[in-house]
Formats: sequence, C-alpha cells, structure tokens
Amino acid sequence: MALSSAIYNTLFKRTSTFALIIVGSAFFFERGFDLGCDTFFDSYNKGKQWKDIKGNYSQ
Amino acid sequence: MAARVGRICGAGLFKSNTTSSLNQISSYSTTRDWSRGRKALVGSLGILAGGAGAIIFALDRSVRASELELHPPKNPWSHNGWFDSLDHASVRRGYEVYKQVCSACHSLRFIAYRNLVGVTHTEEEAKAEAEEQMITDGPDEAGNMFKRPGKLSDYIPSPYPNEEAARAANNGAYPPDLSYITLARHGGEDYIFALLTGYHDAPAGIALREGQYFNPYFVGGAISMAQSLYNEVIEYSDGTPASASQLAKDVSTFLKWTAEPEFDDRKRMMVKAIGIFTILTMVSYYAKRFKWASLKTRKIEFKPKSK
Ligand code: HEC
Repeated sequence: MALSSAIYNTLFKRTSTFALIIVGSAFFFERGFDLGCDTFFDSYNKGKQWKDIKGNYSQ
Repeated sequence: MAARVGRICGAGLFKSNTTSSLNQISSYSTTRDWSRGRKALVGSLGILAGGAGAIIFALDRSVRASELELHPPKNPWSHNGWFDSLDHASVRRGYEVYKQVCSACHSLRFIAYRNLVGVTHTEEEAKAEAEEQMITDGPDEAGNMFKRPGKLSDYIPSPYPNEEAARAANNGAYPPDLSYITLARHGGEDYIFALLTGYHDAPAGIALREGQYFNPYFVGGAISMAQSLYNEVIEYSDGTPASASQLAKDVSTFLKWTAEPEFDDRKRMMVKAIGIFTILTMVSYYAKRFKWASLKTRKIEFKPKSK
C-alpha cells in the first residue's frame, strides 16, 4: 500500500510524468517483448534458418 | 488489485459504476426500437443472403465432385505448423534443382539474383550465380542490344523470349512461370510434389496425344510436361542423396519460398501476435469481470407497498 501510494504521488499524479512513464514503459516493453519472441522463434527453428547455415557457405 | 491499479491511474479505469451499467442493460438490444416491418425486412434479407451462400457452396461442391482428379496427399513439410520457418538448406537445394532441370522450360521471372542473398546464398555466391548468365541489355549508343554477364539486380532469365516460342517448343503447351505457382494451384507445394513424383503409365482407356504423358494429379490426366525428376538426375553440392522424391521435395520448398518470400517473417509475426493478443485478452477479461461483478452479484428485491 505504501509502495503504491509512493509511486502514485511521485510518478503518476502529474500528467507530465505519467505520460513519460507510459512512453518509457511502452518502449522497454516493446524491446523486451520483441527480443523474447525472436529468441523463441530462433531456438524453435534452430538449424533451419539462413543464419544457422550460412557458415557452411562462407569462410 | 484492480482497485489499486485504478487508484494508481487515478482515472476510474477499473471503477465499477453500477448505475450506468444497469442503465445500459435495459438498452441492450440494438433492435429494440425497430418497427415490426423493419425487423421482418432485415430478417428475410439475412435468410436470403445465407441461402445464396449455401447454394453457391453446394454448386462449388458439385463441380468438384465431378472432376476426375486426384487430390494430392498432405505431406509433413518441415515448414508446416504455426511457428515453423522454411528449411533454408532445402530451399538452396531446390534452387539447384530449378536451375539445372526446370529452368530449361520454365521461367522464374519475378525472382532476381539479389533475392537469393541472405536466403539461400551469400552475396558472393549470388553474384557468381548471376555472372554465369548472359543477360540481354541495351540499347547501346548505336541502338543495338548487347549481351553482358548478369548482375545481382538482374532477374532470372527466361528460357523462351515469349509465350508463343514456349508453346512452339512444347507441343503447344505453355510451361507456366513458376514464381507464384504454389499459390496458383490448389494444394500448393503438396500439389507440386505430387505432380513431379506422380507420373504413371496411362491406364487402359486413356488416350494420350503426341507429346503427352499421364499424371493423375494433373486435371484431365494428360500433361504435356515429361517426367523430369529421376534418381540422381543431378548432383547436390551439399552431398545430399539426390533421389527423385528428395529433388521434388526440395524444388517444392524452393517454389514455396519464391511464391511467399515473406514466409519466415510471417511466422515470426505469428509468435508476436499470439503473445500480444494473449496479454490483451487477459487484461480485457479481467476488466470485464471486474466491471460486471456488481451486476452479476446483485439481488433484486420486490417489496409491494403495503396499504
Ligand atoms: C521439358 C520441359 C519442362 C521441364 C524440364 C519442366 N517442365 Fe514443368 N511444364 C512443362 C510444360 C510444357 C508444362 C505445361 C503442361 C500442360 O499444360 O499440359 C509444364 C507445367 C508445369 C506445371 C503446371 C502444372 C499445372 O497444374 O498446370 C508445374 C507446377 C511444373 N510444370 C513444374 C515443373 C518443375 C518444378 C520442374 C522442374 C523439376 C519442371 N516443371 C520441369 C515443361 C517442362
């Protein structure tokens, strides 16, 4: 409770900081989400994609 | 938790407002104020549209049933499935098959050598592939067309200058451009595979004209393309045993890529779309339950006024 009201008072109460928080968290969420999805996709398809096999063709 | 989020946001985001919800419920139906005539009209329009759809569907089915055509079996492609990318080693071998076999008759007009870079070949390899071909360019200062070795930006040259030349060389049948062939045929890559491996002696009663061959997967059975894939008809540069079915599988995968070069990106987006929509669904479900909680748990009491 104390934590949430502290967060509210310092960050969310003023529109300027609140908007900043939204933009900032959207940025970091997007980066993290993309990274997570790409990591999953690349490990799921290990050995099939070009980046996995290009070592066989160039020195 | 919701109350806390609501308070943090300070916006009444999750605040449940019973009165307004109750007001909404009485105006739930969007057709409440319609006249009978209007309801009847819209209703019969709906029935008509549904009936027309059913008739079209039935007509389509009946046409299919009358075709003497063998549908290709579904194969377990390594790129089947929600998250599976293409097998690029197979795409690369498929390019070798196209180049050494199919390109004698079929064009691949919409693929340029630069498209191979980062998909099946390194940049140096793709350049070398392009330089093997002599491309007509021009006109030069004297107005003449001239030949030059290919560049990365060149499209894969076609075997025939135009459709008429192609027909003249193939008993009047036109070998279609293969760039988008997996999208242009029912069954896609399954069909290509079945077609290439499905050649047969014609059964009794089927008359083939000069230059025709029997293939049950081709509509009508009589195809003007001779069987072109046999065991060991080419040699793979990566040493994979070149059985006829391996060749067919690889060239089908290659043609899948030429038709859908965005295939891998699409599968990658699939992961992201499922992820983000899962999160959004959970949030909306929670918000809905929260907003409706007071409605669903309310009790209505009727107290007649005692006189
Ligand atoms: C000798 C020339 C020749 C070669 C080599 C050849 N084709 Fe064909 N192909 C044709 C002709 C001609 C047709 C048109 C057949 C018809 O309409 O009866 C055709 C038609 C096709 C069709 C379309 C069938 C349909 O449903 O309309 C596909 C797909 C096809 N070829 C794929 C291939 C592939 C893949 C290879 C390489 C493994 C290949 N062809 C090699 C001549 C050739």
